[in-house]
Amino acid sequence: MEQSTLITIDNLVKRFPVGKGEFTALNGINLTINLGEFTGIVGPSGSGKTTLLNIIGSLDNATEGDAVVMGESTSNLSLKSAAKLRRKHLGFIFQTYNLLPVYTVFENVEFPLLLLNMSGSERKKAVMDALEWVGITDKVKSRPAQLSGGECQRVAIARAMVKKPVIVLADEPTANLDAANSHNILKMMVKLNQELKTTFIFATHDDKVIKYLKRKISLEDGKVVKDEFTKVKGE
Amino acid sequence: MLAIKLAYRNLVGAGLRTWLNVIVLAFVLFMIIWHYGILDGWNEQANRDMQAWEVGNGQYWQENYDPYDFFTLEDSHAKIPEVLQKASSDGIVTPILISQASVYPDGRIQSMLLKGIDPEQKVIAIPGAELNIESEAMPAGRQEISAIIGKRMAKNCKLKEGDITTIRWRDVNGTFDALEVKIVAIFDCNVPSIDGGQMYININTLQEMMQAPNEATLFVIDEDYEMSEDISGWVYKEFDFLMTEMNEMMKMKKVGGSVLYFILMLLAMLAIFDTQVLSIFRRQKEIGTYIAMGMTRRQVVSLFTVEGAMHAILAVAVVSTLGTGFLLWLQSIGFTMPAGTDDMGIAIAETIYPVYGAGLIIGTSLLVFVITLIVSYLPARKISKMKPTDAIKGKIQ
Repeated sequence: MEQSTLITIDNLVKRFPVGKGEFTALNGINLTINLGEFTGIVGPSGSGKTTLLNIIGSLDNATEGDAVVMGESTSNLSLKSAAKLRRKHLGFIFQTYNLLPVYTVFENVEFPLLLLNMSGSERKKAVMDALEWVGITDKVKSRPAQLSGGECQRVAIARAMVKKPVIVLADEPTANLDAANSHNILKMMVKLNQELKTTFIFATHDDKVIKYLKRKISLEDGKVVKDEFTKVKGE
Repeated sequence: MLAIKLAYRNLVGAGLRTWLNVIVLAFVLFMIIWHYGILDGWNEQANRDMQAWEVGNGQYWQENYDPYDFFTLEDSHAKIPEVLQKASSDGIVTPILISQASVYPDGRIQSMLLKGIDPEQKVIAIPGAELNIESEAMPAGRQEISAIIGKRMAKNCKLKEGDITTIRWRDVNGTFDALEVKIVAIFDCNVPSIDGGQMYININTLQEMMQAPNEATLFVIDEDYEMSEDISGWVYKEFDFLMTEMNEMMKMKKVGGSVLYFILMLLAMLAIFDTQVLSIFRRQKEIGTYIAMGMTRRQVVSLFTVEGAMHAILAVAVVSTLGTGFLLWLQSIGFTMPAGTDDMGIAIAETIYPVYGAGLIIGTSLLVFVITLIVSYLPARKISKMKPTDAIKGKIQ
């Protein structure tokens, strides 16, 4: 089967100023990620997982090297073009859900579609579909404060998936969830990956997530130390 | 459009926080409109009363007359010119003769201006006809003459209708003379320069008393009078000139009022500014999420600015829905001035009825909106300096 390359990371270096010196978070990363992958960037805290995810998501810039996402070099993207890339093709899932507190579940999920200027009826259908994927259609009118952690993360997944993005970037998506909720959510993501061919990239050190990954990119001290494809149980 | 839609959604979602700000802004807007409405109402009433009771549509002054220098009164009267005599007969101007005098109520002495008016005149509102009625009713051989005074003069001299008191004046030759006067009527007037320290008698009587036959100090003209030519020895004073002092006083009142305006605005803007600053810090995660989902920084700044400015729009909506009825009710009942206010020396009614002009309402609403927009934008600018990766985590910067 022919695989199309979505992300190419070429000799990527990221340094942060620390006091008078610098801290190297990523040091010479080279990677390619293809369409439909269910990939995890794994490693201990401080290994550079989130930094790499932020650069792929064009939320941060590389100090040296480049990350080309869907043909766009993130090093050369203007703020406006980066916003456009995120708006159209990327979905984000955060450890702390980052739901908009004053919005209802429906409004939270609808938000990315508003940015795409979709019509009201299209939005409604897409939101209801997304909520159905994550099994939370009974909570459309609830606000985040009225939901459990698992429910919040489901809403966050629905929000990330509602526009059917090419890539979903998930930063420690199960860190605040118990085991049962984590498995449910991961199963749901696997299903979405299979049905919608969405590429999932996780930053995690959670074993529960790692078990589901088809590809594990291990980082240590800002370097890729292992990049392995695994056969997931049940496949 | 997106910013407006999202801002509206955020404001509605924020609930009480939004309504507290809106209530503060609406209160400020209401107070400013009401307060300026009172001042405008006062201004209108004062202008109307001054015109009706004193100024008319302008005046002719004898060339030596200076209302601020009583010493000029001795010389500031002259024969009534033919053209004004004719206009007076037609009822479109009315002569007034003024003399310095003293009144002795209950043995006390009080300086005053003795003014001779035409009992038949209709140019100003002073009820000269009262002089006629009493004169006709006065039994033959009585020495006292009829006089009318205003409520302020009556209050100061403790005089009431029917009282007889002594007055003393000087004729044109400088000779003092005295006479008894009977107060035949006390009129109610809001213009202190008409009823404070003044007594009105028939002009013919005063001309006789001053030995100044057919003379006057000034003429008040009404709207039907047409200026034709300069009248020798008489100076025309137009309406605006005669209202200068009053208008200056109202300007001063408005300047004083603008201090209150400024304080109220400051309080409201502090509330908005505070909310905005707090929002930027408290809602960092939200800002980071907006950016992650594809909003540009400019869109986020616009969203926060519109959100702040929408408080002003909601405040205008609150004032126009809930406040309009209240403002109209206040307009119908008026604002009763505290006791003693009429001693301030300017024309003021016991009750002031506010006047809400379109300019006042639209201007104030626009000003509140523009200032709110500015104080919302200033803190929102901080967003453009935020690193989205830090904002997503809610790190204070």
